[in-house]
Amino acid sequence: MNPSTLTIHRWTPLSITSLAAVVGAQLLLVAVPLVFDANVVERLTTLFIYGILALMWNSLAGYGGLVSVGQQAFFGLGAYAAIRLADAGFPVYPALALGALLVAVAALPMAQAMLRLKGGEFAIGMWVVAEFVHLLVNLDPLIQGETGTSLIALNGFDAEARRSYTYWAALASMAALAWGMFFLLRGRLGTAAQAIRDNEEAAASVGVRVFAAKRTLFLLSAFGCALAGALWVATTISFQPKTYFSVQWSAYMIFMVLVGGIGTFEGPILGAVLFFAVETAFGATGVWYMIGLGATALLFAMLLPQGLWGAIEKRFGLRLLPVGYFLK
Amino acid sequence: MTNALLQGLLLGGYYALLAAGLSFLFGVMRIINLAHGSLAVVAAFALWLLADRQGLDPFLMLPLVMLPMALLGWLLYRLVFARSLRGGALTPILASFGLATVVDNALFQGFGADTRSLAPYIGNLAYESWALPGDIFVGQLAVLVFATALAVLGGLQWMLSRTPLGRRIRAAAEDPDAAGLAGVDTHRIYGVATAISLAIVTLAGLAMALRATFDPYSGPQQLIFAFEAVVIGGAGSLWGTLAGGLILGVAQSVGAHVNPQGFLLAGHGVFLAILVLRVHGGPALMARWRGLRGADFHDARATPPTMKVSQANRPSPPGLPSRGGD
Repeated sequence: MNPSTLTIHRWTPLSITSLAAVVGAQLLLVAVPLVFDANVVERLTTLFIYGILALMWNSLAGYGGLVSVGQQAFFGLGAYAAIRLADAGFPVYPALALGALLVAVAALPMAQAMLRLKGGEFAIGMWVVAEFVHLLVNLDPLIQGETGTSLIALNGFDAEARRSYTYWAALASMAALAWGMFFLLRGRLGTAAQAIRDNEEAAASVGVRVFAAKRTLFLLSAFGCALAGALWVATTISFQPKTYFSVQWSAYMIFMVLVGGIGTFEGPILGAVLFFAVETAFGATGVWYMIGLGATALLFAMLLPQGLWGAIEKRFGLRLLPVGYFLK
Repeated sequence: MTNALLQGLLLGGYYALLAAGLSFLFGVMRIINLAHGSLAVVAAFALWLLADRQGLDPFLMLPLVMLPMALLGWLLYRLVFARSLRGGALTPILASFGLATVVDNALFQGFGADTRSLAPYIGNLAYESWALPGDIFVGQLAVLVFATALAVLGGLQWMLSRTPLGRRIRAAAEDPDAAGLAGVDTHRIYGVATAISLAIVTLAGLAMALRATFDPYSGPQQLIFAFEAVVIGGAGSLWGTLAGGLILGVAQSVGAHVNPQGFLLAGHGVFLAILVLRVHGGPALMARWRGLRGADFHDARATPPTMKVSQANRPSPPGLPSRGGD
């Protein structure tokens, strides 16, 4: 093939159609609280939070090559920051976003130290960070150790308004994070991240600023996970450190991303929907449900590491939301 | 305070024993087994079942449990690690985390939430102690665990440096492809190494169950302690792991002495402080650290010279680690 006849395609008719469909679906979702009952609104809010977690875990693992089993540190901190800000008299819904931003600022020094670790060391190192942060939050007299506290500022809204506001906040957060990631990955960072994912040393040798790219992804992931935690406390109201800083959140994130397709843009969203369905169907079985999640993650890691979406993409050359390139 | 220090050192002996298997496996295969702690709990439950249901002595039953655990290790390599090693660096982490989730919850399903201990089945060894001057008491069991840790780490080091198996393991660790060319069956060596790691995990599980209580969800906490010991001491170094265990044990013990909530905080705090120090401690400290670790069986792996040239020519962005191939 003569190189001069190669053309680069990002947009295909299919991807333009699917992008339009996504935008349309998001606009339709805005109207849900006006049409459907409380149960649907609450379940969808949960789904959006799972979606955020999956996207954020994938931004770190799928694009930065950094597997973390400690993202619950940011999830818990996001909820804690929202509670602290609301307690200080800050309006509660802006406090969710501001709290997440503060957590991202706090994540900057963490990134400096943790990003020197590689592979499994980074994974468990983040877990230690989560444990450490959990212990520190427990020391706060407002939280009263494992007793926890509530986001009492939400009592200012009646139940229906609160449900709708939280729903819109979750929808807006997921959409903003997804679009933000979409455009980030289509730019310089996406190219750098994919080079790092494929071979870190080679990427560095051709001038990719490996550390800076990883740090951006780390901070983005910290911010997103913190926002998810803040939204979670807005839906459940009660904050018990043990549930927020639990490693189970990492198990959920790993399940969603592995099943959906690590390193693909669409995969984590698919994974979140599947996880949501599995939880709705089997969540009540408790321990067996967790065994099933762990076993599925194990099998996917070994037998289908590219996940469902990765397999579909490879099989059909399908890309609905293009963050890469096609050569024709 | 002297007492807190001494008890901390003894506790550190336990952490070194707990971390030995993790450190060994990391040194050989560069894999961190996230199911390490959970597998120690599996061994503890096996010993507990034999002691509680059959009235069998945990020390005598140790070989009986160690053998299937080693076999399990071999299977773990064949079924999980061998497959996931080919799938890239992320896969073993994810696979072993999935495995840990399965093991913890399956144990909970089988044994419930009760905490158990093996201490009631070993007579007065569980609480006998030697009195030292200055009102300090040293538990006999703690000393036994400490001695076991020394023996295990010393034995591993001896095996690596003196035996034909150790030579093969070092070769496979340093360069699997070259070792393969020289006639080492790396596949088999990795399987044996994982089996050895799990045999040591059985010892750690016994020590854990004798010195305190455990329950189905104890695994993750043990994994974190083991990991902290490994990283504090310098990943991949066996004697470093001993030092790491001792530092962790002393930090926790002194932390608890200062404040009732200080036990875990001080342990994690020291771990994180050492990480930060290593990043910002300057190149001199890094070089000395490397020098101290120079005798290890894995770190001889050098950065390819071409890589060094390209890195030297490249204008180094601020904050970029100058670490090459490790």
